[in-house]
Amino acid sequence: MKNLKKNFAEISRYPSAVFGLFIIFLLVALAIFAVIKIPYSEAVRLWRGGEDVWYMNPKNVPPAWFNTFRKTKLPESFAIKGGEEGFSKTVTPSSPDTAAIDFEYAFDFNYDVYPQELMLYFTSTYQSKNPFVSIYLIAPDGEEIRIGDLGISAKQTFRFSQDEKLIKRLVREKRDDNPMIGLFSVPETNPPVPQKGSYKLVVNGQTFEAGSDINVEFVFHGQSYGLAGTDHARRDLMVALLWGAPIALSFGLLAALATSILSMAIAAIGAWFGGWLDELIQRITEVNLVLPFLAVLIMVGTFYSTSIWTILGVTILLSIFTGAVKSYRAVFLQVKESTYIEAAKAYGASNFRIIFFYLIPRMIPLLIPTLVSAVPAYVFLEASLALLGLGDPVLPTWGKVINDAQSNGALYKGFYYWILEPAVLLMVTGLGFAMLGFALDRIFNPRLRGI
Amino acid sequence: MTQDTQAGVLGVPKKKTTSAFARVARFMGIRAVTLLFTVVIGVYTTILIANMGGYVDTIMRNDIRERVNQRVAASTANQNISPETRRQMANDLVALEEKRLGLDTPFAIRSFRYLFNALQLNLGRAQNMVSDNGSREVRNIILERLPATLLLMGTSQLFLFFFSVFIALTLSRSYGSFWDKLVITLSPTSAAPPWFYGIFFILLFAAVFKILPFGGMVDAPVPDNTFDYILNVLKHLILPASSLIISSLFLSIYNWRTFFLIYSSEDYVDMAKAKGLPSRDIERRYILRPTLPTIITNFALLVIGLWTGAIITETVFLWPGLGRTLFRAIGFFDTPVIVGSTIIYAYLLAITVFLLDFVYVLVDPRVKVGGGK
Repeated sequence: MKNLKKNFAEISRYPSAVFGLFIIFLLVALAIFAVIKIPYSEAVRLWRGGEDVWYMNPKNVPPAWFNTFRKTKLPESFAIKGGEEGFSKTVTPSSPDTAAIDFEYAFDFNYDVYPQELMLYFTSTYQSKNPFVSIYLIAPDGEEIRIGDLGISAKQTFRFSQDEKLIKRLVREKRDDNPMIGLFSVPETNPPVPQKGSYKLVVNGQTFEAGSDINVEFVFHGQSYGLAGTDHARRDLMVALLWGAPIALSFGLLAALATSILSMAIAAIGAWFGGWLDELIQRITEVNLVLPFLAVLIMVGTFYSTSIWTILGVTILLSIFTGAVKSYRAVFLQVKESTYIEAAKAYGASNFRIIFFYLIPRMIPLLIPTLVSAVPAYVFLEASLALLGLGDPVLPTWGKVINDAQSNGALYKGFYYWILEPAVLLMVTGLGFAMLGFALDRIFNPRLRGI
Repeated sequence: MTQDTQAGVLGVPKKKTTSAFARVARFMGIRAVTLLFTVVIGVYTTILIANMGGYVDTIMRNDIRERVNQRVAASTANQNISPETRRQMANDLVALEEKRLGLDTPFAIRSFRYLFNALQLNLGRAQNMVSDNGSREVRNIILERLPATLLLMGTSQLFLFFFSVFIALTLSRSYGSFWDKLVITLSPTSAAPPWFYGIFFILLFAAVFKILPFGGMVDAPVPDNTFDYILNVLKHLILPASSLIISSLFLSIYNWRTFFLIYSSEDYVDMAKAKGLPSRDIERRYILRPTLPTIITNFALLVIGLWTGAIITETVFLWPGLGRTLFRAIGFFDTPVIVGSTIIYAYLLAITVFLLDFVYVLVDPRVKVGGGK
């Protein structure tokens, strides 16, 4: 035990071990933060919720902090509801039953790139007569552009760039036929130049019944979003990046722990009892070498279930009987002959006691480096399976983000952030454990110490 | 297995005269039987897994039923036939298709049929997959993809092996030097698999610099003359091969270097140094010689490892190799192709392990076949 403590004290002498430990510590903190910040059900809802959850986000845009490093600034996305701070809602009743409901929202647009899409989500209450709205956009130069007039139902969405009437009107006014460019350019410039300054969105509504009301939500899809950007389904990548940490860590650690402890225990049992049991373990190990590991995992994923727990179970099952059993067995056979084991036998210790209290503890120094070094392999295994389309169907993982990015041609289309974010996290995780593992190997393995 | 019978025949009469020969023969016999046993169990397990406890049969049956119903319904010629006759027709077609795929016999029998055919290397016909030139023979499907895999895996793995052994030998001579420390520092980078580096390489060289192709093995209009064709394939080979190499290069050098260092700290090496032997001789005679069995084992396992291909790297780079074929076969529930790929690997592994025992005797005079047991 004292030896073990001394070994741990020695870690501080290896800068790479300290660095690795630091990374692992950060990852654990990130994982805990993710689980507390976004509870499991919330994470699943945010990742699989459908258009109702993601409508506020633009499609395939990089993170907002990209602007710090860019010359041409990308507009940031926002969504605001009528009546909230800045988006004024004034109700002026005119005749007994009718009322004018006006919304006004001023926003700054100081970017060099046009937004992706502007949308207005109307909700209204009425009995039989639909309310009516007129929408205007007042440009910084004071020009008032009529966007549209429409009667609205209980739930109505107005998409600026898909409105045929607006497109025709813009063309008539000699503006670009893409409403985003047409609305946000300095008039009569070719090629179009974005007009910077303060814009004002005006919605003039009119209700025709007592108790009828209009509400509106203004959604501005810019070209950048949040801390991590979004993917092809408008999902905030932050959810997957955060939740990927606890999943990757638990998969890697559980697999490494279970595999190394089980193979050690099995090797110890085989070496201690010998005979047919030992023979059987040896044969199983050889059969396992013939089995195609990745192909079996792919088969389980394709035919049976891609649930991360099933995959974890099969991974452990396939990784117990590997070369590790053979090398542990060789050491156990040596240890078995030592005098302290003989002493234990002499005082009548049970087989169980000898295996688990005398044989295995001797091997812990050998176990720890292997265990730590094995973690990255399993973390990447999960990502590899996800890359083949066999990721967990429910949980967001780093591998699944890479898979989505790959299958949607992120590299061809230049959405590099989409692949780089999860890839960097995977790399950091892998490096952290590998660096610590290497250092531990040198500390615990006296043969390597001088080398 | 042929080795088995030979050993039995040769072993019996010689037993009385030379005990060494009998020992070798007996060892060979036992070894061959255990290896064959291992192959049989391993392949049978794969067959069982490829069937998922009858689950895959259900999937295939439903699939057949759906396809046949659609075909019968879609055919305009059938529209004037009464519904009963049409249903009868669909049932007949389903029965025929199930018979073709062998689903009419219970899995227990079918699994042994697969096993015995596989053991005789009678790979049979694929259920759903077709080779690019239209053959359903598993042999053709595999042979068609073999050159691509051998090209990719061969170049990368052979380069990796010889380069890392060579560098490791050089480093072990000057351990503690800058390059040695660099390799130690970089060795954790091997935690990431090849496809991971592949993605970065594609990003850099294909997407950003646009100097190398994103994937595939040859450009779409295939170059006319052989020279251009070879150049084109080589251009496509650079990225996948280098990602396979980079992902294990540093760890491989590190492991070999550590291995050589352990051997070069032996007393007889110090003795040789004291005698003033040139370092080339010391390496050849005192370091490489005792490590030869390990080097050969690693090399042999590497060579048979070429067979399996690299499923994920090939998928990322759209390389038409065996790994991707196996992946596609699993997607098609095509048991004959899965079993075919497994049995060949199993045989290669068994034969290699069998032969290695004899190679050890050739390279290391201290080792005796069947000795030490």
